Parts: sequence; structure tokens; C-alpha cells
Amino acid sequence: MYGNTRIRVDWRASAELMGVVLIYFAVPLSFPLLLAVYFEEPLTPFLVAIGVTLALGAGLRRLGDPEENLGPREAFLAVALIWLLVAVVGAVPFVVAGAGTIAHPVNALFESMSGLTTTGATVLVDFSVHDRSIMMWRQLIQWLGGLGILILATAVLSELGVGGAQLMESETRTRNVNKLTPHIAETARLIWGLYVGLTLLAAVVFFVLGLAFDPRMGPYNALAHAFTSVATAGFSPEPLSAGAFHPVLQWAIVPFMILGSTSFILLYVFINGEPRRLLRNEEFRFYVGGLGIFAALVALVLFVTGEQGGAIEPTIRHAVFNVTSIVTTTGYASTDFNLWSPAATYLLFLAMFTGGMVGSTTCSIKSLRWLVALKSLRRELFTSVHPEAVRPVRVSGSPVAEDTIRDVYAYLLLGIVIFVGLAVFVAVDAARVGMDLSAFEAMGAAASTFLNIGPAFGEAGPYGTYAAFPMSTRSVMIVLMWVGRIEMIPVLVLFTRTFWTS
Amino acid sequence: MDVVIVGAGEVGTAIAANLASDHDVVVVDLDQDLTDELTYDLDVLSIAGDGTTLPTLRAAMVPEADMFIACTDDDRTNLVACGTAKTLGDPFTIARTKRTDYLRVWEHDESAYGADFVVCTDLLTAENIVRVIGLPAAIDVDPFAGGLVQMAEFDVTEESPVAGRTVMEADRFEALTFAGIFRDEELILARGDSLIRAGDRVVVIGSPESVQSFATDVAPETTPDHADEIVIVGGSETGYHTARLLEERSLHPRLIEQDGDRARFLAENLPHTLVMAHDATDTEFLVREHVDDADVVVAALATDERNLLVSVLAKRLGVDRVIAVVDSADYVTLFEEIGINVAINPRLVTAEEITRFSHESIAENISVLENDRAEVVEIELAADSPLVDRPIQEITAELEARVVIGAITRNRTHVTPRGDTVLRSGDHVVAFVESSFVNELTALSSAT
Repeated sequence: MYGNTRIRVDWRASAELMGVVLIYFAVPLSFPLLLAVYFEEPLTPFLVAIGVTLALGAGLRRLGDPEENLGPREAFLAVALIWLLVAVVGAVPFVVAGAGTIAHPVNALFESMSGLTTTGATVLVDFSVHDRSIMMWRQLIQWLGGLGILILATAVLSELGVGGAQLMESETRTRNVNKLTPHIAETARLIWGLYVGLTLLAAVVFFVLGLAFDPRMGPYNALAHAFTSVATAGFSPEPLSAGAFHPVLQWAIVPFMILGSTSFILLYVFINGEPRRLLRNEEFRFYVGGLGIFAALVALVLFVTGEQGGAIEPTIRHAVFNVTSIVTTTGYASTDFNLWSPAATYLLFLAMFTGGMVGSTTCSIKSLRWLVALKSLRRELFTSVHPEAVRPVRVSGSPVAEDTIRDVYAYLLLGIVIFVGLAVFVAVDAARVGMDLSAFEAMGAAASTFLNIGPAFGEAGPYGTYAAFPMSTRSVMIVLMWVGRIEMIPVLVLFTRTFWTS
Repeated sequence: MDVVIVGAGEVGTAIAANLASDHDVVVVDLDQDLTDELTYDLDVLSIAGDGTTLPTLRAAMVPEADMFIACTDDDRTNLVACGTAKTLGDPFTIARTKRTDYLRVWEHDESAYGADFVVCTDLLTAENIVRVIGLPAAIDVDPFAGGLVQMAEFDVTEESPVAGRTVMEADRFEALTFAGIFRDEELILARGDSLIRAGDRVVVIGSPESVQSFATDVAPETTPDHADEIVIVGGSETGYHTARLLEERSLHPRLIEQDGDRARFLAENLPHTLVMAHDATDTEFLVREHVDDADVVVAALATDERNLLVSVLAKRLGVDRVIAVVDSADYVTLFEEIGINVAINPRLVTAEEITRFSHESIAENISVLENDRAEVVEIELAADSPLVDRPIQEITAELEARVVIGAITRNRTHVTPRGDTVLRSGDHVVAFVESSFVNELTALSSAT
């Protein structure tokens, strides 16, 4: 029998869906195209990209079969490949434009993947050689990736129906997408509406404050930073990132990063008249509390070491801004924190592993997982005294299922194993080419890319670039940004035999 | 009063036995043998037939009945029987259920199922257990308004910290009302400046939580608090509700349930109870978990045999008080004879609760105190009641009788009555009243 080798995935269903999403991807690509027309910049990068995405989409649809059923496996396959293909198409304008480091295809894909996964790690060296439309594309691709492309797809393609819930679950690794309305597409639309609203609000706030305090924050920069702050993404057209702007604007960015890292379901409920549910939510309190503690510790260290000359406002501002940026996995910097004392940078490194809330635009481990893990560890201590005790782990008063706890443990372990592996690889690969890289810098770069944060330390610091790493390292980072953003499982499962055959 | 009882099981028979001497009772059951037997045992009319059908209920003279009690062993039969009875006339209908879900539906809307009152056996049993555990000092305790309000009567001893204080000093609780004080042969209505003396009996009405707190004030020695170890063995519905009600009274019991899935369910729904999944007859386990040091052990397992085993085991380990649920009424005395402190039979408890509604001529929830010197009565105000839309101080000033309004429930929430509280249509009013005035008061619940 040939039963063992038969493929048990209805890949045609996935191909159909990937084709549709890629065709729709032409719509966001036309935004920088219009911008290029307005700024009288070359149009070809975007025209080519639109051509590529339409052709690829049409080809996939030809292979695909809309009649096939989109089950969990097909959803995994579609989610993983859509993120990869969109990043590939997103890299096309960089290559065609042909300016700077990102003219090289690997660098272009690095930049595009870093953008789409809202990492914010860059390989740009000279910001000034790029067209404004190209720079805005960099920002826009982060905004699209911020909330998740598949949530957007579900919102737009109402025919997805039940499959949409399947997709959102695969993308966000939650067991049950919290439906706000009976129709999943409507829920996705509500969430996206909120996301668009927050982004517009951020753009207006930045623009108005720019008028008052800082002429560099014009409409272009206001929109560019609105895109990447609410998406907790971190790209900036300015080489000095948020450090280029007036302190008031830096303060104004902080709340939008925090909003972007809060569960959108919870934000929706908050806006719709149940504000207390946000404050009662244990994950939210745990998250904000953790953020506050990290910020306070860093501020304390900065005071003691006199980093900002002991001045109160800049010390607090830089501590709050950069900790928020790291914890929310945004990756902006208000100053070169690379130059801070080791105590402060180690704290920032630790903060990389926290992440925002589940159901937000952030990456990394996420606070709910830490909360569940810590609570179940505490229970472990209790049951070692009372072995027969039955104690459900509770979050916000509701019991957490035991297999969810197992999932959380598995996720943490897997995340740590991949991180350690990547860190070792980065260090070894750097030594191979004779690059001067400390162990801490290798760990920082590994955590920052895999956990989709962006800047790290040393060469890859907030004002530095990943271009100095060897090509092999950058290629591996591209893969791990991809793996990290869709929370590992959808990609890793594709490499198991069971996925395809049993 | 004409009473029709559907179901001649233990509950129905017990109710019939309680009522037969003062009322005209008709008993309906499917089982011809049971009904025949009943005619010889009790002075009642018995009819064999299906209590959910019109011909049977007509034969049982339901159209003329004042009260209709459906107490078979099947929840749905009882609810349908009540609904059917309401189509024939307007008796006061009482349904017995086992599942609390049906009770919750009825609490949500009291017109549900055509039942005027729903008695939930498991919940009632649990309430009884909690009363025995929580208020050992009380002489008399009765629930009103579906358990939202409790009436309790306490002896004030020489040692009681309450002795020598005025009512105003003793009443530290928001949801509690001092109703009356019995002193020798005298009945004193509680006023703010009334002095409580040793030897008095005080009657309080309020939320179960506030009554529990007051018990701690009256008899701190005997009333359990945080430090007391309460162990419930068996996660049956009764065990579950017992733990839940104890939690509501800020006590933290332990619950032992052998089945892993059931234990998980209990642990999820009882956040302040420590649930353990193990066989409760394993002595080594009981000693390791210090169950022998427990102040109270409740045996609420599924069978009488296992409850007996656990109770005896607990007694042998040296537990102070053991309370056992005994399903078969015949074994109650047996349990108590071998040293189990309290044996509670769910069916007898249900029968007692239902019987409370058929006091003398009116179908209302009533507690009789001190040889009928005073009563606590619950009335539901109809829209046309002369009491509606008037403040309490105005009503009490006008009434010639001695009455204290102890508690009000409105939409199933507790309202503490004050002088300026305005009564509304649909309110349940629990009042302490001199016996001679009961009929006059209940007549005020509606215009007719």
C-alpha cells in the first residue's frame, strides 16, 4: 500500500486562500504608489510588486480549489505560507528601487520580514538614499502585520465564515477566538475598526503636537509613526528613531504603544461602556504592573549611574519610553540605550521576554503565559504539601483548563530552546567570519529578532543595524522572525511528518 | 383547607401525615398499591392516576383546592403537574425539584411552570446542614424568600457579650433587623433603646450572612469562624451546595470527592473551598490531612452505607461533630443512636418545608415562635395592596397591632427596611408579628 506516503492535507484549499490574500495585497501596495505619484518618485518599484502579487495570486488560485474544506491543518499551512509570501512580495519594491543596502534580495527580505512581523530590526545603513514612498512602504507593511494579516483577511473576506475562526485561532494560538458577535467576520471587522481608529487618533495627536512643539513631525512623520506605534512595530523613517523628536512627542508615543499592546477585545469592551472589566482583568493588571516595575528599576539604575546627568525628567522619560518600547515589542528608542550601564541593559534584555497581552499587536512570550505559568508553579508548591488537592489555576477568577497550562509550558520551553539555539548560532557564525561580538550581544540580537522586538545591543543597537551580521545569520534570522511572529507552532508543525501523512 | 398532593413517596406521605388531621387531603399517585396502602394508614382520600393529566386532577378536585403540592421523585413531572393544576383553578402550587437549575428559572421569573413556590431538595438539605454547622446556638432558624432571608431565635446567656447592651449597640450589621425579645412571659418589640438581658430570647431577621455574624456576637464560643475546620465528604449536589453556602458565610471548608472529574468541577466552582480527590474511607489519608482535628465533618456521599462508614470513621478518629445525610428515613434514628450528632433526611426536610406553607387557613410561609405567641410571616405584595407605595413608618404607625418589618426582598435582592423605605408591588416582606394579628396582616398583601 502507498498509504504512508499519501498527503493528507487538502493543500488546494490553502492555495486558494493564499491566492485570494495575495490578490488583495495589491490594495495596500497602491498606497505607496499614490504617494510616489504625489512626491514625483519612481513608480516602477510598486508597479512591479503589484504585478508580482497579482500574478502569484492568480497562479495560486489556479492551483487551488475553493471546494476543498479548510480544516485545522490547511489553516496552519495557509497561515504559515501567507506570512512568508506576503513578506516576499513586500520585499519586491526594495529590490526594484535598488537603493542602499536593501537592494540585495536577502537584505530586502530581511527588511520586509522584519517589517511584516513587526520586529523593527533594520539592515538600512543610510536612511537618506531612499525615496519617501519606499520609506512609507516600510511603515505600512508593519501596520498591516501589526494586528495580523489573517484577521484582516477574515474581516474582508466574509465568505471565509467558519474557516475564518480557524485561521484566527491558528494565527494567534488561542483555543477559542473570543467572538464579540455571532459572525466571526464581524468580530474581525470590529477589531480592525478599533485598530484603524486608534491609528488615526495617534496620527492626529502626533500631528497636532508636532505643530506646537516640533516641525519635523509633519503629516508624513505623524502617519509613519502612528502606523508603527499602534502596531508596536518600531520602524521609523528617522535614523534616530523617536529620539529625533521633542520630549513631548516622545511622551505622546508611550500611551499608543501601551494601547497597541493591550488586548483589543478588552479595549473594545472598555470603549463600549464596561470600563471596569479592563481594570478587573488580571492579565491587564499583571502586565501594566510588570511594565511599571521594569520602568521604575531602569529609572533607578539611570539615576544611580547618572546616565542623564541626574536630571529628573529625561531620566524618567528615557526609562519609561525605552522600557515600554521593549516590553511592548515595539523597538523605538528615545536615546541610544546601548550606551547605558550594564545594569540597565541587562534589565532591558530581561524585559524582552515579557511581551504585551494576548490578543494585542505585540509579540514575544506575552503576559498571560507568564501569569498562567507562575500561578501553576505556585500551585505545584501547594500540591507538593497536599498531593490530593484539586486546585484549578484561575485567571480573573475563571479556571484555566489543564491542557492550556500544558500548552503554555510547552510554548515557554520551545521558545527558550529556540532562543538559546539561535543565540549560539549567532555567536558561532560571527566568530566564523571574525566579527567582534560579545555573548551578551549575541543573546540580545537572538532574542530581539526571534521575539520580534527589533533593536538589541552592540552592533544591533537602536541606532545601529543588522547589516553587519554575516549573510547566513541574517538568513536564519529571517526564518526565525517568521517563526516567532506566528507563535512557532504553525511553522514548526509543517516540518513534521505527521502533519502531512497521518 | 383543601390540599391535593401528587406523589405518595416518602415526601408525599410525610406531608399527608402532617396535614391529615387539620385539612382535607387528597393524594394522587400512579402506583395503585401505594395509594391503597395510604388509605389504610392515613385519613386521606387517595386516587391512582397520572397527576399531570386533566381527568385525574379533576377527580382529585383540584378546581376547588386551596393548595396543590407536586412532590414525586421526578422534577419534570412535578413542574408539569403544577402547570396543569393552574389550568383547572387557582390553588397555591408547590413543586419539589432536585435540580437547582429549575429553581433558578423559577427565581428568575416566579410565573414559570405555574408554580407559586419551588422547593429544591438538595439545596434545602444543604441549607439545613449549614444551619446546623453555622448556627448551633440558635433555638430556631427558618429561611424565607427562597433563602435570601433568615429568621433566627437565640438564647442570651450570662456569658454572651450581647447581654446588658441595648439593641442599638448590639445591631452592628447592615442587613439585620432586631424583631422581638421574649422575656419571661412578656413579648417586647425591639426598639433602639431596648435593653437585652441575660435569659432573654431574641429574634432577628436578616440576610443569612448577617445572621451568621450576629451569632458570633451572641455565642462566640459555639459559632464557627475562620479557624474552624469543616470537612465535607462527598461532592454530591448536597455536598456542593453545603460548601457553596459555607463560602457565602465566609467559611472555608474542605471537600473530599473521589471522582477526579467531579472534583475538578467542584474546585472550579468553589474558589474558597479546598477540594481533594481521594477515597474518604482511607484512614491513612484522613490522618495525613488532619481530618481527625476537624471541628465538623459532613458525610454527604451518595449512599447511606458509605455515609455510615465515613461517619463512624470520623467519630473514631475523634471528630467533635459529625453530620450525616441519610437518604432513608428509617435509618435516621439508627445513625443518631450510634453517636452521629445530626442525621438529616432530605425527604423529611422537604416535607417539613412544604408543610410550613399550610399553617392553619392561609397558604403562606410562616414560622411559629414560642408556643404561638408570635409568628414570622412572609407576604408578597400585590399591585393593589394598600401597603404599596407607602413608607414603613407610616404603615406601622397606622396599624393597631404589634408588628416589625424585618426584611424586604425586591427582585431577589435584599433591602434593609428603614422607617423611610417605601414598599413596592412585588416586594416580599418578612414581618415579625403577634400571632393574633397574622390574618389581618396577610390580608393586606392584596386588595381583596
